[in-house]
Amino acid sequence: MTPALEVIDLAITFRTDRGPFRAVQGVSFAVDPGRTLAIVGESGCGKSATSLAIMGLLPDSARITGSIRLAGQEIAELPPEPRRRLRGPAMAMIFQEPMTSLNPAFTAGEQVAEALRLHRGLSRGKAAAAAVAALEQVHIPEPGRRAAQYPHQLSGGMRQRVMIAIALACRPRLLIADEPTTALDVTVQAQILSLLAELKRETGTATVLITHDLGVVADQADEVVVMYAGQVVERAPAARLFANPEHPYTVGLLGAAPRLTGGRGRLASIEGTVPDLMAPPGGCRFAARCPFAVTLCHLTPPPLRTLAPGHQAACHRAPLSAILGEAA
Amino acid sequence: MGIWLLRRLGQIVPTLLILSVLIFGLQQLMPGDPALILAGEERGDPQVLAEIRAELMLDRPLWQQYLAWLGRVLTGDFGFSWRIRMPVAQLILEKLPVTLQLGLMAFVIAVLIGVPLGIVSAVWKDKPVDWAANGVALAGISTPNFWLGIMLILLFSVQLGWLPPSGYVSIFEDPWQSLATTIMPAFVLGNSIAGVLMRHTRAAMLTALSQDYVRTARAKGLTERMVVVKHALRNALIPVVTLGTIELGRLLAGAVLTEQIFTIPGFGKLIVDAVFNRDYPVVQGVVMATALIFVLLSLLADLLYMAINPRLRAP
Repeated sequence: MTPALEVIDLAITFRTDRGPFRAVQGVSFAVDPGRTLAIVGESGCGKSATSLAIMGLLPDSARITGSIRLAGQEIAELPPEPRRRLRGPAMAMIFQEPMTSLNPAFTAGEQVAEALRLHRGLSRGKAAAAAVAALEQVHIPEPGRRAAQYPHQLSGGMRQRVMIAIALACRPRLLIADEPTTALDVTVQAQILSLLAELKRETGTATVLITHDLGVVADQADEVVVMYAGQVVERAPAARLFANPEHPYTVGLLGAAPRLTGGRGRLASIEGTVPDLMAPPGGCRFAARCPFAVTLCHLTPPPLRTLAPGHQAACHRAPLSAILGEAA
Repeated sequence: MGIWLLRRLGQIVPTLLILSVLIFGLQQLMPGDPALILAGEERGDPQVLAEIRAELMLDRPLWQQYLAWLGRVLTGDFGFSWRIRMPVAQLILEKLPVTLQLGLMAFVIAVLIGVPLGIVSAVWKDKPVDWAANGVALAGISTPNFWLGIMLILLFSVQLGWLPPSGYVSIFEDPWQSLATTIMPAFVLGNSIAGVLMRHTRAAMLTALSQDYVRTARAKGLTERMVVVKHALRNALIPVVTLGTIELGRLLAGAVLTEQIFTIPGFGKLIVDAVFNRDYPVVQGVVMATALIFVLLSLLADLLYMAINPRLRAP
């Protein structure tokens, strides 16, 4: 099966006043139709830049290399106009900030309908009716009345539902959800997540879920990519990642450290800070914060190695089970 | 909405009252005795001066003068010009169409130059187009009106002979000739405001273009033109409309220097003449009329604001 999305050796560099800023390096992953891939990492690890690169929405100051294939078609080198035509019908994105992602000057219905008019060539009346249907599909009560309302009249959860309706209105093959529930109340989070899962089942859309919330990952993802300082440090099926994390950063993220080292709470937060990407360290980028680092880690960057079918980690010390066994 | 409008209209009354007290008070600070000016040749005769003072109530206490004036204004009587011996209301109504025409033409020119320039310079920020637009705006803001007026007269009237250098023809008499007499002063006035409008439009567009909803619009696959013209501009216009209305109010208050250069008989010329002649009723009348225009325009600005900003409209 051709993956809905395939990213191969993606690198993103921003031109800045201080020189080139390499936000993302050597990132590869793939998502099959109907599956969910989670990209996990802390702020600034390059996960949002990666998703904007896929959408073609990076600012002019960004240069990307590598390959982005949408259902087999290479899109990284496409000029702006054909690239734009892919957004909506072929791929769509939901953003983190439902409070500000909708235009305050237009009704919810209009913001769904305009994409339908543009991409499907629907008339005004038909697009408006289709927009109401789209709002109904994301379980907005009284969709007809809500369609005529402005964003400030809607709650945060309702706005995120409208965003989802906008994204899915043109039935894209790929949906990128960038922290879709971070800004929402916990109860609303659960509703939005179950809605995303339901729509994925119905439409067969491939989903890239960007998050730092491992609870969301456990709930939603089939496969997980863990990013740190612009690089993929681990990639594994979700269940396997939670059971057998093989990169110390993933271990730290999972909060499993206290059990391993004995002293409670010492690694519950990961010590230190993310390295400066303007001048990245020569060896492993996590070495300075890693409790398992040895001299080699500070000298040579570790390659991404396959440890089990579908499970890769970029760590000189992997598999960690041996070291963890000693510690216990 | 109805209640809001009533309350908003109710605010106009105290605003104008306070203003009328201010004008009345400030006038008393102007040097010179109106009776002396009006007496002319006979200013040496105490009898004449006393008569003039009695007739104009200048011998009464200030508050009596004010109340008498206010009472007459409330019945629509703005009094007689002391100098021209004409009802002030008639003077104002005579000059109003001139100032309205000139002001509106200048405003249209300002909007046609300023808003598009602001949009293109925001879209192509830090590109040559942006630099050029900023140059035009800076030139517009920093060129003195009297200088630009004289230069235009030199070029289009003296050198090319296309336009009359001065004077005014009513639009009801001869529309084309009227346009010919007002296009240069309107351009001078509009040019000075276009720069301000351009800078504000640019700033508002830059803010709008960096908003999350613009990213959403791009993520929907809208064309860049739709993103700019529909999603960003609609929001950017909100502050620009407010500024535009204030600038229009300033234009309608009359343009002192420009009207002098082109000898346009509008509010600007009327009030300057009245101040020099200590013609208090005219000064009061013109200031009250422009104040009323200002207040009504700010009401219009609020209504427009609500029309383009749904957050103010609905509960």
